[in-house]
Amino acid sequence: MSMNTQGRPTTPSAVKGAAAGPAALLPAEPLLFEIGDRDHSGVDLPDVEIPDGRLGGLRRKSELDLPGLTEPEAMRHYVRLSRRNYSIDSGMYPLGSCTMKHNPRLNEKMARLPGFADVHPLQPVSTVQGALGVMEQLGHWLMELTNTAAVALSPKAGAHGELCGMMAIKTAHEAKGQGHRTVVLVPESAHGTNPATAAFLGYSVKSIDANENGTVDVEAVKAALGDDVAAIMLTNPNTCGLFESQIIEIARAVHEAGAYFYCDGANFNAIMGVVRPGDLGIDAMHINLHKTFSTPHGGGGPGAGPVVLSEALAPHAPVPFLRRTGEAIELVEHADDTALGRLTAFHGQMGMYVRALTYMLSHGADGLAQAARDAVLNANYIKARLQDVFSAPFNGRPVMHEVLFDDGFLKGTGVSTLDFAKAMIDEGLHPMTMYFPLVVHGAMLIEPTESESLQTLDAFIATMRELAADARAGNVTRFTAAPVRAPLRRLDETRAARQPRLKWTAETGDRRAAE
Amino acid sequence: MRYLPHSAADRQHMLATIGASSIDDLFAAVPASVLGTFSPDLPGHQPEFAVEAHMRGLAGRNHAAGDGPFFVGAGAYRHHVPATVDHLIQRSEWLTAYTPYQPEISQGTLQMLFEFQTQVANLTGMDVANASMYDGSTATAEAVLMARRITRKNKVFLSGGLHPQYRDTVVTYLAGEGGLECLSPSPEGQGDIIDHIDDDTAAIVIQTPDFYGHIRNVSHLAEAAHARGALLIVVVTEIVSLGLLEAPGALGADIVVAEGQSLGNPLTFGGPYVGLLACREKFVRQMPGRLCGETVDADGQRGFVLTLSTREQHIRREKATSNICTNSGLCALAFSIHLSLLGEKGLTRLAKLNHARAIALADALADAGLEVLNGTFFNEMTVRLPVAAAPVVEALAGRGILAGLPVSRLEPGKPEVENLLVLAATELTTDADIAALVAALKGELA
Repeated sequence: MSMNTQGRPTTPSAVKGAAAGPAALLPAEPLLFEIGDRDHSGVDLPDVEIPDGRLGGLRRKSELDLPGLTEPEAMRHYVRLSRRNYSIDSGMYPLGSCTMKHNPRLNEKMARLPGFADVHPLQPVSTVQGALGVMEQLGHWLMELTNTAAVALSPKAGAHGELCGMMAIKTAHEAKGQGHRTVVLVPESAHGTNPATAAFLGYSVKSIDANENGTVDVEAVKAALGDDVAAIMLTNPNTCGLFESQIIEIARAVHEAGAYFYCDGANFNAIMGVVRPGDLGIDAMHINLHKTFSTPHGGGGPGAGPVVLSEALAPHAPVPFLRRTGEAIELVEHADDTALGRLTAFHGQMGMYVRALTYMLSHGADGLAQAARDAVLNANYIKARLQDVFSAPFNGRPVMHEVLFDDGFLKGTGVSTLDFAKAMIDEGLHPMTMYFPLVVHGAMLIEPTESESLQTLDAFIATMRELAADARAGNVTRFTAAPVRAPLRRLDETRAARQPRLKWTAETGDRRAAE
Repeated sequence: MRYLPHSAADRQHMLATIGASSIDDLFAAVPASVLGTFSPDLPGHQPEFAVEAHMRGLAGRNHAAGDGPFFVGAGAYRHHVPATVDHLIQRSEWLTAYTPYQPEISQGTLQMLFEFQTQVANLTGMDVANASMYDGSTATAEAVLMARRITRKNKVFLSGGLHPQYRDTVVTYLAGEGGLECLSPSPEGQGDIIDHIDDDTAAIVIQTPDFYGHIRNVSHLAEAAHARGALLIVVVTEIVSLGLLEAPGALGADIVVAEGQSLGNPLTFGGPYVGLLACREKFVRQMPGRLCGETVDADGQRGFVLTLSTREQHIRREKATSNICTNSGLCALAFSIHLSLLGEKGLTRLAKLNHARAIALADALADAGLEVLNGTFFNEMTVRLPVAAAPVVEALAGRGILAGLPVSRLEPGKPEVENLLVLAATELTTDADIAALVAALKGELA
């Protein structure tokens, strides 16, 4: 096979049939169901005899078809699988709106202290004063950083936080006899969760167009406001990486119209310790602890989405919440009808509270502000060094923590944003966020975070420039065939959706051990 | 600051490249009136040892479950987690990976999710399972909404044996929509949910083993529900029970939701946990949450991707089946590793061991003259004390014994549950623990 010096196939025919990835260190791993069987187990337990008398005649008769692995087999299976993942510890994740920053290991160590990890949510409150102390201190940090009156810690993720905040708004309207307000304003650039949350609560969604600068005009908001509008959901900084400079005027207009201002806090990393959302007039905002405050993404959760609330919404916070009486912290688990109710069993993501508080204490207020400022500096540095090659739709002013490009620079090359992203994989990079926000064509949204060094940023920039030059030089195959150096090549997503195969079965899989 | 790589010189170099004189210039779009015009009541940065000391101080103010005899369950259970589990989930490639939207470099997470979905489907006896939910309570609420979408009917009945905080979560999710009826608490295992099912019923929701520990036979409920075009949603808060009890799918459940914390995940004061959601194949397009599916790559090699995402908010926006945007990936991984280590043999043994310890506990309580309400149970039971349970639990906590959950904590203002105490035993419960509990209870009630 013909290869260039980087080991990359140089012709389309050479690509066909090429084994993807460095097989020596990344072998394909069979499925658990192909290596384990029901006779193996990695846990030694006595086989006790039990009577049937207290099982109500419902003792299981069928087999479970759950294969077991001994400890060395399990170790190898999961270590091998893990090596087929990209991760923030192994490289940069320039994912716009996702804030993939370094995850300090002190956080992990603290979360595993028996005093946190081995504590039951329904122990007597007198035996968990330290856990409530963590919640109280985390809440204090969040309220201080946002200048808000209350915090609901229990939401389990950002979208759950949105649900919490919008439920508080709905509850507040109903308490004031304003239940007839059925419309929520959402800009086109919003995360998909915003309209989904509004619709979930029975609101109809009215879209607000951005202006040519990529932000929302107060006049456009005023034109959409009316007696039927319950709230606006606005992300700030927005998903184009821009600070909504008219936000104070927008908040005022929203309040004058009797509506509330929900702020999507997904991008709080740009302004933590620098700007307090409460000073901008927001009524509710969720904070993704797994973005801004470094709790690990874990391959897709668990997240945590506490919501800060203004004075107006504070009485409508969900249970549980804390109340301090002298030395003791009380956990309020039941409240009157003004509260919106309960969003989950127990008290939320304690393991994430511990990690986030550890992160906050490590940085201090000064360190958090510096982190936000470095995140903004990094995004602007990337913008400055790529804008002559890439096409920035809203050029001309600084961005916040992320920079948005469109696919204008690829016009006529035969290379799409997706192709470009897959070619980044071959260069050892995780792609940026693609095709989001929806307001520009072929969006590429790059968020470096404060965790990347100048050296890493320079290497990233050099790779991006080289790829852009190659795309424009007509080396289309490098992009359309990519990736060729990942464990697998492009996956057939259409087939996955058309013929869903959502679990392993003996018919479709390969029971290797048995046969 | 140890997490921030830039030196002052780096920052100057970068600003010069940008053409700005200071980082403040980059915040020009922020109204001056709100930019850095405050001084928060917060400390400055601290070295690692100082932060650790602070956090250890807080941890030290909690009574850990392992510090003494421990009998609290009620939806979160203290089990032994093999050391391998926590080692593996702390590997960088699992811990610090993003959601697997780029499948070519996320096959580890995706294959794990496919294995997890298979394990959950097999364990619950259902056709398909999703890639996990936040927890059991929110999964229950989502299942109710899912049943309404499927049946296009409105009425939902929650059994009196459903965990009260699960019930409250469903009530919140369905706030103001009407059609939801919560039956009265049923500590004796009694239930009349079957009498409520009518042609307008979308679903009935029943937990087994229920909140009070009773094992519920749901097969006749399935028949009754199906006869009226309603769905049966079965809730399991102690997933280890399925090592010993018949799978809900075999008893006719249409949707099974469960809390998976018992496998692989420590108590951690209530979260993060991992919600399981499984259903019949024909309902898959009405499922909330992420799904992983098998496919092939450009060379025909087997691989996995997130699929059927046209149900989800990032594609469908306001038309999505749910606003859910994540799963509980790392907790699902811990669950899956623990279950792989157990296998069918290990899970069955673990379940039997739990039941055996619970029998020892129930017998000891009965021998001490206490009224155990359960004719059936897996590893949890309800005792009716001669006095209110909450003060007794508080008094025993003062003696280092965490005796269980006074039901009144979750059901305040209901005199009929004021004396009830829910206790759980697991493989970690020793004879000495049980003896200490019984002696302390006798002392307190004497």
